[in-house]
Amino acid sequence: MSNIRQNRDRWIRRFFYCVALASITTLFLIAVFLFMEGLPIFSKVSLKGFIFGKYWYPTSEPPDFGIFPLIMGSVGVTIVSAIMAVPLGVMTAVYLAEIASPGLREVVKPVVELLAALPSVVIGFFGMVVVAPFLQEVFDVATGLNLFNASLMLAFMSVPTICSLSEDAVYSVPISLKEASLALGATQWETIIRVILPASISGISTAVILGMSRAIGETMVVLMVAGGAAMVPLSIFDPVRPMPASIAAEMAEAPFRGSHYHALFATGIVLFTFTFLFNLFADYISHKYRQVGEATL
Amino acid sequence: MKKKIYLMMTLALIFLFSAGPAFSGSIVIKGSTTVLPIAQKISEAYMKDHPDARISLSGSGSGDGMKAIIDGTTDVANSSRFIKDEEVKLALGKGTYPVPFRVALDCILPIVHPGNSIDNLTIDQLKAIYKGEIKNWKELGGPDRKVVMISRDTSSGTYEVWEEKVMKKERVHPGALLQASNGAVVQAVAKNKNAIGYIGIGYMDHSIKAIKINGIEGSEETTLNGTFPISRPLFMFTRGWPTGDTLNFINFVLSPQKGQKLVKSAGFVPLY
Repeated sequence: MSNIRQNRDRWIRRFFYCVALASITTLFLIAVFLFMEGLPIFSKVSLKGFIFGKYWYPTSEPPDFGIFPLIMGSVGVTIVSAIMAVPLGVMTAVYLAEIASPGLREVVKPVVELLAALPSVVIGFFGMVVVAPFLQEVFDVATGLNLFNASLMLAFMSVPTICSLSEDAVYSVPISLKEASLALGATQWETIIRVILPASISGISTAVILGMSRAIGETMVVLMVAGGAAMVPLSIFDPVRPMPASIAAEMAEAPFRGSHYHALFATGIVLFTFTFLFNLFADYISHKYRQVGEATL
Repeated sequence: MKKKIYLMMTLALIFLFSAGPAFSGSIVIKGSTTVLPIAQKISEAYMKDHPDARISLSGSGSGDGMKAIIDGTTDVANSSRFIKDEEVKLALGKGTYPVPFRVALDCILPIVHPGNSIDNLTIDQLKAIYKGEIKNWKELGGPDRKVVMISRDTSSGTYEVWEEKVMKKERVHPGALLQASNGAVVQAVAKNKNAIGYIGIGYMDHSIKAIKINGIEGSEETTLNGTFPISRPLFMFTRGWPTGDTLNFINFVLSPQKGQKLVKSAGFVPLY
């Protein structure tokens, strides 16, 4: 009898091991594939020429494979969207966790999370049809499809991520810390700034970085509203072409296993490196600033 | 216990292998999004005529269609450009000889916002705009507004035609906006009074205005008689000379009474 139970236990353990292994293997195989398809481009252009090259003309004769404008486009939209989304997300999180009444919290939190459920193509369409003409009218810029518009739409998309994860972090600060602070005579504001936020800083940082990594990898929105000019942006109203937009727009028609195809995969490697570093950094922060004792998240 | 597991595995295997039924008379079509509306209309009519035929159709770009021809994952590849030398080599390497069929003509129209007063340009002026030399509509006799040029992704068939017929192989200025489809270009131009773009004639509608070139209006007539300078043939490629259902389908496409009528109703220029 006990033998059968042990046997079953062993099988279940193996099954879960396989399941866990499957997702890791998939990720690993994708990475291998990405590098296999991307690296051949470096026989045509140097790594430095690829990353710092100013011109992206993959189909002309002779071709130019410089993705510096694309990298700057990605960095630009990510930074500007973070400037918009981080204060909004974190402050909403603090409000929901600390200030709002439980009833309101029950309503607002799902609504914010619902924002995350909006398909990116819908947000992109909104940016293209509603926001772009609006920007053109109000700021009198040449085109409403630009860095600012894309950042705004990306901010929409990263606010729910940032807000929801930060809210969890803020909410899980132990009640005893808060009570201690209030008992010492601190006001609610002082408690939030001096006690709650420092105690949840690792969770909030992780939330911010994951939100930004969502923004840098987002494809549909930047393809539709960023404008798509392969130039280093000089103002926030310049059109840009972030890396994912370039890959999505060009991959379908790039000759199979041609230089252009390899160059797009190499762009994918750069993008992968960015998000990988972001995630690594998030992991590092959440370990380094982890509170010990009661405040452990 | 063991018996149960064996039983479940057998069932799972049976389920797996029965999941992909093979239809007789099935045709797979992939490739160019430009040719997609044509292929869609013709496929529907073909399936009506041949009730036992199954056509699976998808549009993901000419390059993708060629890829599918090379890999043998499609019967027909739509393409808005002729096959490239590299692709022919790859196909021959896999023992496939791609055969082209010219199925329609496409005419590419330069378009502007309907509020723009300009309605005629020369090829050289278009070239200067897209090289970034003409920056303001004023220089062309229009209002004092910045020109916003909208271009297509460099690997699309439409871009290739533009590059060949208008740019004469010179580079489009990197400041040109990129849109990934004809529909997106129409959207972007219709929403921006500074904009100029270019689209296939099939996507022309009332939200935008087409520009004449050297006084010649882009139309079916001017495309067929060769006077409109920005036009191109559209192709369907098959793996080797088509046989069976694929041959039937290609014949249907080329038939003046059937396929070519639908080419016209899809907004392209028929061969006859």
